[in-house]
Amino acid sequence: MITVTINNKVLKAKEEQTILQIATDNGIYIPTLCHMDGIHDTYSCRICVVEVEGARTLIPSCASKATDGMVINTASDSVLSARRNIINLLLSNGEHNCLACEKSGECSLQKIAYELGIETPAFIMESMDKATVDDSSVMIVRDNRRCILCRRCVTACNDIACNDVLSVGFRGSETTIICDNNIAMGESTCVQCGQCVQACPVGALTNRKSIGKARSWETTHVRTTCAYCGVGCQLDLHMKGDEIVKVTGVEDALPNKGRLCVKGRYGYDFIYSGERLTSPLIKENGIFRKASWDEALDLVASKFKAIIEKDGPDAVGGISCARSINEDSYQMQKLFRAAFKSANIDHCARVCHAPTVAGLITSFGTGGMTNSIGEMANTNMLFVIGSNMTEAHPVAATFVKNGKRNGAKLIVVDPRRHRLADYADEFAQIKVGSDVAFLNGLMNVLITEDLYDKEFVENCCDNWDALKEKVLEYPPKRVSEISGVSEEQIIKIARMLAENKPGMAMYTLGITEHTCGTNNVMSVANLQMVLGNIGKENAGVNPLRGQNNVQGACDMGALPNVYHGYQQVTDPAAKAKFEKAWGVEGLPDKNGLMIPDMISGLKTKEVKGLYIFGENIVGTEPDISHVIECLEAAEFIVCNDIFETETTQYADVVLPAAAWSEDEGTFTNCERRVSLVRKVKDAPGLAMPNWWIFKQIAKRFGQNWEANSGQEIWDNEIAPLAPFFEGITFKKIQGDGIQWPCNCIESPGTQILHLDGNFTRGKGHLMALDWTPPAEVPDTEYPFTLSTGRRLYHYHTRTQTGRAQGLNELLPEEYADISVEDAERLGIEHNEMIIVKSRRGTVTVKAQVSDRIPEGLVWMAMHYFENNCNWLTGRATDTITKTPEYKACAVAIEKIS
Amino acid sequence: MNRNASGCMKKDGKDHLVEEIIARHKNSNGALIPVLHEVQDLYGYLPAEAQAKVAKEMNVPISEVFGVISFYSHFALKPKGKFKISICMGTACYVKGAGPILDKLKENLAIGIGETTADGQFTLEECRCLGACGLAPVLTVNGKVYGRLTKDDVTGIIDDCKRDEEEIVQ
Ligand code: SF4
Ligand code: SF4
Ligand code: SF4
Ligand code: FES
Ligand code: FES
Repeated sequence: MITVTINNKVLKAKEEQTILQIATDNGIYIPTLCHMDGIHDTYSCRICVVEVEGARTLIPSCASKATDGMVINTASDSVLSARRNIINLLLSNGEHNCLACEKSGECSLQKIAYELGIETPAFIMESMDKATVDDSSVMIVRDNRRCILCRRCVTACNDIACNDVLSVGFRGSETTIICDNNIAMGESTCVQCGQCVQACPVGALTNRKSIGKARSWETTHVRTTCAYCGVGCQLDLHMKGDEIVKVTGVEDALPNKGRLCVKGRYGYDFIYSGERLTSPLIKENGIFRKASWDEALDLVASKFKAIIEKDGPDAVGGISCARSINEDSYQMQKLFRAAFKSANIDHCARVCHAPTVAGLITSFGTGGMTNSIGEMANTNMLFVIGSNMTEAHPVAATFVKNGKRNGAKLIVVDPRRHRLADYADEFAQIKVGSDVAFLNGLMNVLITEDLYDKEFVENCCDNWDALKEKVLEYPPKRVSEISGVSEEQIIKIARMLAENKPGMAMYTLGITEHTCGTNNVMSVANLQMVLGNIGKENAGVNPLRGQNNVQGACDMGALPNVYHGYQQVTDPAAKAKFEKAWGVEGLPDKNGLMIPDMISGLKTKEVKGLYIFGENIVGTEPDISHVIECLEAAEFIVCNDIFETETTQYADVVLPAAAWSEDEGTFTNCERRVSLVRKVKDAPGLAMPNWWIFKQIAKRFGQNWEANSGQEIWDNEIAPLAPFFEGITFKKIQGDGIQWPCNCIESPGTQILHLDGNFTRGKGHLMALDWTPPAEVPDTEYPFTLSTGRRLYHYHTRTQTGRAQGLNELLPEEYADISVEDAERLGIEHNEMIIVKSRRGTVTVKAQVSDRIPEGLVWMAMHYFENNCNWLTGRATDTITKTPEYKACAVAIEKIS
Repeated sequence: MNRNASGCMKKDGKDHLVEEIIARHKNSNGALIPVLHEVQDLYGYLPAEAQAKVAKEMNVPISEVFGVISFYSHFALKPKGKFKISICMGTACYVKGAGPILDKLKENLAIGIGETTADGQFTLEECRCLGACGLAPVLTVNGKVYGRLTKDDVTGIIDDCKRDEEEIVQ
């Protein structure tokens, strides 16, 4: 402890604190412009100067540590005069017209000028070259006339978001902020995350969408959780009335610490779209007509009743929604189990991370990310396999890049040399579908070179001998032949993993969407156990989950084998517990159908009625022609949605639902963090919350469910009925969310699972696994492998992002990415339209020739319907979870003559 | 922009030479400036493709490469003319009338500062004090110093250059 005097006040402070920190801690105001707390300082503006007794000059308080006995004055005449000079210079150097500036009211320059009593700049610098406005970017307007060169944007772009677009260019009076090599922002590598806009203290960077929408003092702020990916970023909605006029990241909040990506920051306005569904719709003679809620709900209930009476409860199926709140998924599975007595409830984790849940439950006992996103910045090793993070989980990727800059080694394993590979110490370009072999190869080296964690595998794991025996069948030479990675690189990566601990493994759908998806997951788990990288900080197996609430939809029991909190439906004790709690009898005690079987079942007539909640399965399931055929064969289909989609066309009844921000509830992100989603406006027209819709249908089955809001459902049912969530209440998650397991009200939740090697299932289970090739491999007729996924600027089938202004401009159509070698061989030019065909279908799509794609691979996404990759994908699935093999099927490409 | 599928870099005949330069410096700290020097010697300036190549091969953001290039006046973003006329704008020269001389140069050559004539002959630059204040105002042509100038000397200097050029051609 030291003692300092600031403005005659004697204060105690910690050593190593800056003068600014001490002042701020004690409520003493010092203005700042360039300072960014806790990141790095450029010390360029000098507005924060203070007078220190005995010092020759004024010193910048943000840059100077206080020493014991220091006597400081933050507002002496010389300090104020220095500040006046700086502000006068800044005002004179630019053009500051507060009347027209978006930042007015929140601008640091305006604020400080006002405090110092400066009305107009003291002088005008006529000689200077006039700065310009860069209007080229879709989302951001750069008005350099207002730039004060504080460089906060440069820090935000390079050190926070790590996108490396901005820098300071030129010198002296010509100094300016540049994008790439001084090109327009819209043409640069900028990914429009808007982090620089959030950092700018003045009006030099603004969000185009917000211009003219509201004055800062007219807005209120509401904290909520992002509607897009599984990172679960915390957003600050700037509201004018019931309109969201701007979104910023909540500074210091978990998990994102103020960061957002382009979708989170700019993808909010779909909720105001004029295309929203506003009334229940009933199809008559092939045409939808509006109906009242009573009529529509009566029809739904009577149809389902009739089917169940005639064909039994197995003849109905439900697909829940991973975009919607936990409370909705809970209600839907309750509707199926308690009212319909049907076991057939599932959701779209089936097409993405079902292998994660199944695999990690087998290996560890809990089907979730073992550690947390923030740890990625602090670990020593980042092993990223099958994850195109910078596009699919952009904010998680920023923490990975932070980690790399903080000294961690980064290993990227992927068939595509995607953006993150540019930062990697080692990039292993594996062949599609060779993961188990590759991972076995790494473990082979760890074992043969005696680099594994003996103590951990002996004390904390079982089945070691079987694993060892299996892995020894995969020496680097064999693995190299299967995976296409050189023997030397396999050995190098294995040694790197052993030398840099603790280490985190991250994966996404490149691991799960294979016929061997669950095996892939368990292989990653094996590797981390063999390295002893489980049950400690900055370690673990960390699947990044796709949708905002796909973790939650699993947690809520929208799966055919578990109630919420992963309580097995086949366990008589669980059945008895829920029969009592829900006041019903005869809950189904067998595992239900998974999505692919529900869909095919429509055609075989095993399933007659399908309830589709919020999913556009026509665009997202593999083999679109098959899906359409099945839906056409259905007897009765109901959809809850917020828009008409390619799927709702096939429905008999469409029920209009409240969207994100129109209902209060919770999302659970991939690190198991349950965060609040708040309501800021009413749903349009007659649209109602999904939980309400399910409750009304249950009522028509004679059940009176009491809970009447998201909060009542969570606090009174979800939490008390599952030990994982028991300690989580709405009251406790008003700020940062809580990570389950959280089994009592005193518990702060669980950042790290399986601590100290105490696995949920007792011992970690090492699985001896063999490599199996994809179901459909290239042949002479279809000589390419098609791998699919999604891209930065859109989300899935664009139901939301396609209606958010600007995002279509950023990614206006579907592409097929192909290699330079194949393009040259086939005479295909960049941006040329080509034909891609498989045994299932044919699409015409624009080719993107890229040196990031290896020879023999075609890569496509599912954003646009006409040339959606799913016209081509096949229906082969993971043997255990029936997750489709989206990452590999055989296609041919043709030039259009 | 579709960053994961952006097209590939254009190649030119000097690509492998750039790679060689980078390979030679790769393991030393602060290699960027020496690399840029050598690449500039190769092309006579630093074309955008070369900047991109350096950024990619050295794994530094292109914005940082450009920041460095634009900070040091030694680096050129545009091709230079055969004759580099550099006029001193240091205090002494400025006071003694460098301004009107510069205006005259601009007028005669029909280019601005940092620009090169269309025929690739002349590049006009300004510089800081050359340490020849005794001769102020001063300019240099390819390093050769002309001192105690007035604006009437400008045409002569340009003609000198043109004559030199003809001699070389003959
Ligand atoms: S929007 Fe994001 S990527 Fe673009 S310049 Fe700003 S911080 Fe960098
Ligand atoms: S654009 Fe904004 S953040 Fe960037 S240097 Fe200028 S004033 Fe600072
Ligand atoms: S990273 Fe994911 S959660 Fe975060 S803002 Fe982007 S889409 Fe939303
Ligand atoms: S705030 Fe301290 S130097 Fe800018
Ligand atoms: S000022 Fe021109 S040579 Fe010194």
